[in-house]
Amino acid sequence: MATATAQSGHHDAHASHTPSFFARWFLSTNHKDIGTLYLLFAFCAGIIGAFLSFGIRMEMEEPGLQYFSNPGTYNVFVTGHGLIMVFFMVMPALIGGFGNWFVPLMIGAPDMAFPRMNNISFWLTVAGFASLVCSLFVEGAPGTTGAGTGWTVYPPLSTSGHPGPSVDFAIFALHLSGAGSILGAINFITTILNMRAPGMTLHKMPLFAWAELVTAFLLLLSLPVLAGAITMLLTDRNFGTTFFDPAGGGDPVLYQHLFWFFGHPEVYIMILPAFGIVSHIISTFSRKPVFGYLAMAYAMVAIGVVGFVVWAHHMYTVGLSLQTQSYFVFATMVIAVPTGVKIFSWIATMWGGSIRFTAAMHWAVGFIFLFTVGGVTGVVLANSAVDKYLHDTYYVVAHFHYVLSLGAVFIIFAGVYYWFPKMTGYVIPEWAGKLHFWLAFIGANVLFFPMHFLGLAGMPRRYADYPEAFAGWHKVSTWGGHIFALGMVVFFIGVVLAFRSKVRAADNPWGEGATTLEWTLSSPPPFHQFETLPTIVDDHGH
Amino acid sequence: MTDMPTKRSSTPNRTASVTALACAGLAMGMVGLAFASAPLYDMFCKATGYDGTPRVGLAPTQVAMDDSMVVHFDTNVASTLPWRFVAETPKIEARLGETKTVFFRVKNTGTTPSTGIATYNVQPGLMGSFFVKIQCFCFNEQTLQPGETMDFPVVFYIDPAVRADSNTAHLQELTLSYTYFASKNGQPSAALATTDGKGAKTNF
Repeated sequence: MATATAQSGHHDAHASHTPSFFARWFLSTNHKDIGTLYLLFAFCAGIIGAFLSFGIRMEMEEPGLQYFSNPGTYNVFVTGHGLIMVFFMVMPALIGGFGNWFVPLMIGAPDMAFPRMNNISFWLTVAGFASLVCSLFVEGAPGTTGAGTGWTVYPPLSTSGHPGPSVDFAIFALHLSGAGSILGAINFITTILNMRAPGMTLHKMPLFAWAELVTAFLLLLSLPVLAGAITMLLTDRNFGTTFFDPAGGGDPVLYQHLFWFFGHPEVYIMILPAFGIVSHIISTFSRKPVFGYLAMAYAMVAIGVVGFVVWAHHMYTVGLSLQTQSYFVFATMVIAVPTGVKIFSWIATMWGGSIRFTAAMHWAVGFIFLFTVGGVTGVVLANSAVDKYLHDTYYVVAHFHYVLSLGAVFIIFAGVYYWFPKMTGYVIPEWAGKLHFWLAFIGANVLFFPMHFLGLAGMPRRYADYPEAFAGWHKVSTWGGHIFALGMVVFFIGVVLAFRSKVRAADNPWGEGATTLEWTLSSPPPFHQFETLPTIVDDHGH
Repeated sequence: MTDMPTKRSSTPNRTASVTALACAGLAMGMVGLAFASAPLYDMFCKATGYDGTPRVGLAPTQVAMDDSMVVHFDTNVASTLPWRFVAETPKIEARLGETKTVFFRVKNTGTTPSTGIATYNVQPGLMGSFFVKIQCFCFNEQTLQPGETMDFPVVFYIDPAVRADSNTAHLQELTLSYTYFASKNGQPSAALATTDGKGAKTNF
C-alpha cells in the first residue's frame, strides 16, 4: 500500500465555479456529482425493489392467496424485485456510485477519463429503469400485466409464454442499462490504466480501485453476451427467428448457456466492489494496512477469471454429461480458494489491530460473517448431485440472499457510513448506524436463515402458494422482513439527522488508519481536485 | 471541463483513447461471439452428438455384431398442428452396426393443408454420438393436404463403438424421439401464441 505525502493543492477559485442547478445535476460531467446521482438513483430503485419484496413476503406469510388474486402477478413481483435489485440497485450503488466517487480520488486523478460518457452511462441506466417500470404495466402473460419470467428470462416462458409487450420492455431495460454499464466499464478501465498519480503503480493502487478494475473487465466481457442473448430472444419474439425455438431447429438450452455465461460473472460484478470497500474499512478501523495486499488484489483477479468458466453450475438439471458436471463441480469449488484467501486476510488484518467498532466497522465485520455463511451454502450447491435436489428451492434463495442481500447490500451501507462524512461533509450519528446494523443483522438472519430449512424440506421458489407444512418458517421469515424494514427507517432518520444537525466532518474523521488519498482532501472534496499532482511514496514500513 | 489544466489532460488522452478503443473492440467482439454461438453450438452438437443430437451418416458401412440394443420410438405433435403421428412399431431390437429401416406414419386430421417440420433427439443424451441416421424425414418440411397420410422411412444404425465408451458400455436401450411442429414460416413465437390463444405448448 502507499500513502500520499503531499497535501493536494486546490484553488478556491475553481471551487466557486460550480454550475447552475440544472447544468450541475442534469448535464453533469463531474465524477463526484455523477456518483451522487448514481447513489440517489440506486436508493430510489432500491426502495421500489424493497416494496416488491415486501409484497412477496406478505403473500408468503400464510398459505393460500391473500394479497395476489393471480399467481402470475406474484411472479411479476418476483421478477421485478430481482431485476431492480441486480441492475438498478446493487450495480449503480457499488460501481456507478462509490466507483465514480472514489476511484478517481483514490488514484489521484482529477476526474474520470471521459466525463461526458460518464453522464451518458448514468442517464442510460435511468432510461433502462423507466423501461422496466413500463414493463410492469403492460400485458405480459395472457391476462396478466408485467413480465413474470424470473430475472433469468428463460425461453419458452419468455417467448411463447408471454405474448404481450411486457417482456420486450424488460429486454429494452436490460439493453439500456447494459449499454450504460459497458460504457462505464470502458471509462473505469481507461481511468485506472492511464490516470493514476505519478508513483502509484498498479501494485500500490488501493484495493477498491483494484476491485473496480476487475469488475470493469468482467462487465466488458460478460454484458455483451447478455445483450446478444436477449437480442436473439427479442428477434425470436418479434421477427420469427428460432434461435431458442425447437420448432425451427433452435435450442432453449443455448439461451441458458448464454445467460449464465453472463449471469455468473454478474454475481462477482456485484460482490467484487464490496470486497474492495470492506478491505478499506477493516484496515482503517484496525489501524493496520490490509494483510496480504498483493494476495488480496490477485485473489480478486483469480475470482474474476475463474468466474467465467463455471457458468453451467446453474444448469445441472438440463442434462449435462457426467464429465461436464464433474468439471463444473470442480471449477466451482476452486473459487472457494481465492475467496478464502480474502476472508482469512480480513481476519488477519483485524488480528492484533487496534480495533474501533464504529458503525462502518460493524457492517464490515457483519458482512464477513454473513458472506461466509452464503459462501458455505454455495459450496454445498456446487455439488451437482446435491444441486439436483435443491435446484430452484428456497435453499438457493437463501444462498444468494446471504451473499447478495446480506453481502453486497451490507457493504453498500458500510460504504455509506464510512464515506458519508467525506461525501457530504456531515456526520451520521454513530448510534443510528449501529442500531441500523443490529436491526438489519438480526432482521436479515431471521428473514433468510429459515429459507435454508424451507428449501431442504422441498419448498420451490417462484410459487405464490404452498402446503400448510411450510407455514411456520415462512411466518418467521416474514417477521424478519419487518425487522429489516425497521432498520431502514433508522437509516433514513440517521441521514436526516446528519443533514439537519449539520455537524461538520473533519477532513479525515477516522484517524491514522485511513491512509487512502480521499482522506487528504477536504470534506466534502472540492468541485475539482488534484490539479496539483499528489505524490505517492512507497511506505515499506508497513 | 475546459478549466482542467492541460498538464493533466493532454498526455493521458492519447493513450486513453487507445485504451478505450481496445475496450470497445473487446465488447464488440463479445457481442459477435454471442451471436456466433448459435451456429457454433449447432455445429458442435452435430459434430459430437452432444446432448442427444444423432449423427448423420451417408452410407451403411458398419458390419453387424451379435450384441444388440433395443430402440424405442417416441412420437409427439405440437398442439398447434392437427396431425396424427405414429411409428409402425413402438420398439425394435437392433444389432450393433446393423442398418435398420423403420416407417413413421403422419396424417393430417385437420380441415386445411398444413406444413410441419420435425425435430429429434435421442435419450439418454450420451447415445447421440453413437446413433447414426442415414436417411430421415426430419431434415425437410412436409406439407399435407386435409386427410392425407404419408409414410416416411428412417434408416439408421448404432455405432458398435458404443461398447468401447465407458459411459455407454452398459446401456441396453435408447429412445429416438420426434416432435412435429407447425412450420413457423417466419412467424414470431409471441404472435403465434396470440393467434392460438393457448400458446405453442409442446409435449416434450
